[in-house]
Amino acid sequence: MLGAITLLLVYQTIGEIVVQLIGLPVPGPVIGMALLFVTLLVRGSAPAWLRDSCQQLLSHLSLLFVPAGVGVMLHFERLGAEWLPIVIALVASTVITIGVTALVMQALRKRIKAGRAG
Amino acid sequence: MSGRFGEIWVYLSTSPLLGLTVTLLAYQAAYWIYTRAKMNPLANPVAISVAFLVALLWFTGTPYHTYFDGAQFVHFLLGPATVALAVPLYANLERLKKDLMPLGGALVAGSLVAVVSAMGIAWLAGASRETVLSLAPKSVTAPIAMGIAEKLGGLPSLTAVLVVSTGILGAALARSTLNLLRVEDHAVRGFAVGIAAHGIGTARAFQVSETMGAFAGLAMGLNGMATAFLFPLLLRLGG
Repeated sequence: MLGAITLLLVYQTIGEIVVQLIGLPVPGPVIGMALLFVTLLVRGSAPAWLRDSCQQLLSHLSLLFVPAGVGVMLHFERLGAEWLPIVIALVASTVITIGVTALVMQALRKRIKAGRAG
Repeated sequence: MSGRFGEIWVYLSTSPLLGLTVTLLAYQAAYWIYTRAKMNPLANPVAISVAFLVALLWFTGTPYHTYFDGAQFVHFLLGPATVALAVPLYANLERLKKDLMPLGGALVAGSLVAVVSAMGIAWLAGASRETVLSLAPKSVTAPIAMGIAEKLGGLPSLTAVLVVSTGILGAALARSTLNLLRVEDHAVRGFAVGIAAHGIGTARAFQVSETMGAFAGLAMGLNGMATAFLFPLLLRLGG
């Protein structure tokens, strides 16, 4: 666990440094994730100790949003004033996103299958 | 006796220990309720813990920043957890390779539609600029979404709430939406849920089938990365 945490922090730090150096508008941890992904690709496998620790950390991922979520109390005024546009946008956009993603993937799969068959 | 109690309260309420402890207690209680509710998406443990903690802080008159002094130790782990997402993404590499074209196309379409539709609809419905920016990454897993919102002038804590709400909505609405569109394949259903409703959608997908869950998890990781890179680009193009 300690080794995995250290590795994750090192990648996150490298990610932050890259972001600062190049001035990327992408969060540092995302660069860290991309670099770790590339490392695993080059290495050709993910070691068991890393897999197990990451799975443990990610199995409680939702706990990690709680402190920020409690920050909703700072936005009660905004939510009170803008609840209608927010609810409409959340519901409509979520349904549209599910639909578009599924239909595009289904259409592309059918096209490829038809291409292979023909 | 009550004077002594008051002193202890004053001492504890200013130390980070209390914020951290109540966060973990609230989450475990919420998780217990969630499992008792048979993991119904409407009993989401994040939503329940947040409601519980907000009520507690309000009741004791504790300001958010005092609470956050303790809770920040949990919050800090969002960074390493984001990096850790590379591991399950890598584990799904074979699925990705096998279906590269359909998955790539669906990823780009879904990722764009999620951002553009959320921003467009909110803007048309009269939301303020900060709200629109905070809504943009709503379909992305929270650690990445909050990073994006922070980078672009949204409000990360508002984004966290919107992301969780989106996950709950997606998990609750996916079945009827996909049935209406007559999409039956579990790989396609899972991928769509993962794009739109990140980890909460993925957890729901795993309850239906292993395939649906794996594709949802893959979609969540890919969409996090795609949105983090696409969104700043979109904003730059949009002026």
